[in-house]
Amino acid sequence: MPDKDLEMLFNSGVLTGEREGAMLPPRDLWEGKKGGLVVVECPQRIPCNPCHTSCPTGAIMPFADINDTPRVDWTKCTGCTLCVSACPGLACLVIDLTFSEENALYKLPYEMLPLPVKGQKVQCLDREGAFLAEGTVENVTQPRKDRTHVVHVSAPKGLVAVFRSIRVVK
Amino acid sequence: MEEKVNPGGTGAALDLIEEHPILEFQHGKKITFFFDGRELEGFEGEPISSALHANGVRVYRETADMHRPRGFFCAIGKCSSCFMVVDGVPNVRTCVTPLTAGMRVETQRGRGVVPGSDEGGASS
Amino acid sequence: MKKLSTEVLVIGGGAAGLSAAAEAASAGAKVLVVESDLRPGGQLIKQTHKFFGSKDEYAGTRGFKIADILLDEINSFKDSVSILQNTTVSGYYKEDDEFTAMRGEEEYFHIKAKKTIVATGAQERLIPFPNNDIPGVYGAGAVQTLMNVYGVLPGRRVLMVGAGNIGLIVSYQLMQAGVQVAAVVEAAPRVGGYWVHAAKIRRMGVPILLRHSIKRALGEKCITGAVITGLNERFEPVGPEQQINCDLICIAVGLSPTTELLSQAGCKMMYVPQLCGNVAQRDRGMRTSNPDFYTAGDAGGIEEASAAMVEGRIAGLSAAAALGYPTEHGKLDEYWGRLQSLRKGEAGARICQGIDCVLVKDWEGVAHA
Ligand SMILES: Cc1cc2nc3c(=O)[nH]c(=O)nc-3n(C[C@H](O)[C@H](O)[C@H](O)COP(=O)(O)OP(=O)(O)OC[C@H]3O[C@@H](n4cnc5c(N)ncnc54)[C@H](O)[C@@H]3O)c2cc1C
Ligand code: SF4
Ligand code: SF4
Ligand code: FES
Repeated sequence: MPDKDLEMLFNSGVLTGEREGAMLPPRDLWEGKKGGLVVVECPQRIPCNPCHTSCPTGAIMPFADINDTPRVDWTKCTGCTLCVSACPGLACLVIDLTFSEENALYKLPYEMLPLPVKGQKVQCLDREGAFLAEGTVENVTQPRKDRTHVVHVSAPKGLVAVFRSIRVVK
Repeated sequence: MEEKVNPGGTGAALDLIEEHPILEFQHGKKITFFFDGRELEGFEGEPISSALHANGVRVYRETADMHRPRGFFCAIGKCSSCFMVVDGVPNVRTCVTPLTAGMRVETQRGRGVVPGSDEGGASS
Repeated sequence: MKKLSTEVLVIGGGAAGLSAAAEAASAGAKVLVVESDLRPGGQLIKQTHKFFGSKDEYAGTRGFKIADILLDEINSFKDSVSILQNTTVSGYYKEDDEFTAMRGEEEYFHIKAKKTIVATGAQERLIPFPNNDIPGVYGAGAVQTLMNVYGVLPGRRVLMVGAGNIGLIVSYQLMQAGVQVAAVVEAAPRVGGYWVHAAKIRRMGVPILLRHSIKRALGEKCITGAVITGLNERFEPVGPEQQINCDLICIAVGLSPTTELLSQAGCKMMYVPQLCGNVAQRDRGMRTSNPDFYTAGDAGGIEEASAAMVEGRIAGLSAAAALGYPTEHGKLDEYWGRLQSLRKGEAGARICQGIDCVLVKDWEGVAHA
C-alpha cells in the first residue's frame, strides 16, 4: 500500500505498524511467559492513565506527564488483565503464547452483547473487523466487576499481530 | 424503510432496548395515552417524545409555511422542533414534558392555536 | 408567580454546575441549582463509557456513575443545596437584577441571587444539507438521550456524520444498544476524536470514511437513506457518490457554548475559535466582567467533563469567597494545577491558546459593563 494510503488508514483508527505506545512485546520473553504479556495499542498523546494506575506490578510504567503514551516493562507483566478491563480506550489486550502447540490464548476486552460462554465458537476479527478465523472461548471474566468483560479465546498463534476483536454470533 | 407506526396502538411491542451490556433501565409505571386519537402505551414521567418514538411515531408536527414534517432534534428543550399540541395546549416541548396517564397528544399543524385567543401562538 | 432567592444560583446541573454547587455549599453558602432537564447530570448521565483523565476526575469510571458521585456529594449538603429540575432559566433582567424561570410549561418563577454561576453547557451544531429537517436526522445528544437515558431504540441503522469524540463514542454506544452503524463520515483527513475511540469501532467493522460528507438525506416523511460524497482538500464535494441505507442520520459535527444568559448580564464576550464560539472573559476565579457572574464548563469553552468539574469547583469556591465565606487557602492554585495537567495533550494545547485569549489578570481597572 502507498505511504499516503497507509497514513489515511492509520488516521481512521487502524494501526499500520509499530509506533510509540503501540509495540509488541519482545518475542523471546513472550514465548515462554505463562499467563501471557500485555499488548497496548495507544499511539496518540491523550490525557489518560488508568492502564498505569490499574496495573498491580508496575509493568505499565509511571507517566511523567498524563498525556504520555504508555510504556511497558514486559518483564514485570503477569498477564493479569486488570489493565485490559480498566482502559477506557479498550486499547490493551493480553496474549499468552504458551497455551498450546498451535494456539495462543487471546484475552480481549468486550462490552457488547451477546456475551459468549465457555466453549462457544466466535469469529476472530482484525483491526478493520474482517474475519480471520474461528476461535474458541476458553473463559469469560469480569476483573473489575464493572461490566467490562475479558473474553479468553484460543486461536492460531499466527494471528498475534492481527487478531484484535471478536464477533459473537447468536 | 417505511415509517413504522403501530396501527393498533397498544399491544404491539414498544421499540425498547431489551438488553444492554452496561445499562439497566428502570422505566416508570406503564400507562396509556392518546396520540391523534389512538391509544398508545408509554411510561409515566418519561418525555412525551420518547414515548412516541418507542411507538414508532417520528413525525410530531408539520411546519406552517412549507408543510414539512418535523420530529425532534435536540431532545433538551432548545430547538422547538418537537412542538405538539398536548391536552389542547399548542407549542409544548414534548422532549422535556413528562408523560401522564390519559394525556392527549396531537400532531401540531402550523403554528398551533392558543386556547382562548384567535391568533396563532409564537412558534419558537 | 413564585419568587425565590438564594445566595448562589447555579444555572445548569451538569458536570460543571454540580461541582460548583458542591464546592460552594462545602464553604457554607446556600445554593440553588436550576436544571432544565427532567433529571440533573447534564451530558454525564448519557455516557456509558469510561472516562479519560486522572483519578482526581474519576478516570476509568463511566460517565453516568460520575453523575451519581457528584449527586451523592451534593446530598451530603442537603440543607444548603436545593435542585429545581425540569426548570429552565429563560432570561435575566438587568434592571431588576432578576431571573425568570419556567418549570414545565406553565409554572413561572422569579429568582434573585447574590452570585450566579452559568454552567449551561453547550448546544449542538447542525450542518446544512437538503432534507436535514426530516424526522430521523437527530443530534448526537438526542440519540444519547433516547437510548441511554430512556432505553428507546433511536433507529435500526445509522449514518454517523462526524468523527470527533462525540461521533466516535456515540457510534460505539449505538452498537451497544443493538443499532447497526453503516458508516461514519468525516470531512477532515483524520479522525478528530481520540484515536483509540476510532480503533474501537473500526475493529468491529465500522468504516470511517475520511474526506467524506453527507450530500443529502433521503425520505419523504422519515429518513430512508442518505447520499454521501468524497471531498477534496478544499472540502468541495468531488464524489464518488454513494447511497447509504439507514433510518437514522446522527449529526455530531460539534458543539457551541450556550451563553445567552451571560450576554444578557452584560458580561464581556469574545469569539474564540479554540473554545468553539462566543464565550465570556474571566479571571482566574472564573468571574466574568460582571462581578456577580461566573462561567464554568462547556459554557465557557467546549472541553471535557474533567475540566468542567474543576472549573465548576473554582467558580463555586470564588463565589463562596466573594460572599465572605472562609475558603481554604491554596485551593485555587491546586485546582489550576489540575487544569494545567489536564490541558497538556494535543487537544489541550488548543484549549490553552483559547484560555490565554479570554483570561484576564484581574478585573480591577477594567470598566465594568
Ligand atoms: C458523546 C460524548 C462523550 C464524551 N466523553 C467524555 C470523556 O470521555 N471524558 C470527558 O472528560 N468528557 C467527555 N465528554 C464531555 C463532557 O460530557 C462535557 O464536556 C461536560 O459534560 C460538560 O459539562 P457542563 O456541566 O459544562 O455541561 P453539560 O453537561 O452539558 O450540562 C449543562 C446543563 O445545563 C442545563 N441547562 C442549559 N441551559 C439551561 C437553562 N437556561 N436553564 C436551566 N438549565 C440549563 C442543561 O440541561 C444541562 O444539563 C463527552 C461528551 C459527549 C457528548
Ligand atoms: S496484564 Fe496485569 S500485569 Fe500486565 S500490564 Fe496489565 S495490569 Fe499490569
Ligand atoms: S488507559 Fe488505555 S487509553 Fe488510557 S493511556 Fe492507557 S492504554 Fe491509552
Ligand atoms: S427536540 Fe429540540 S426542543 Fe424538543
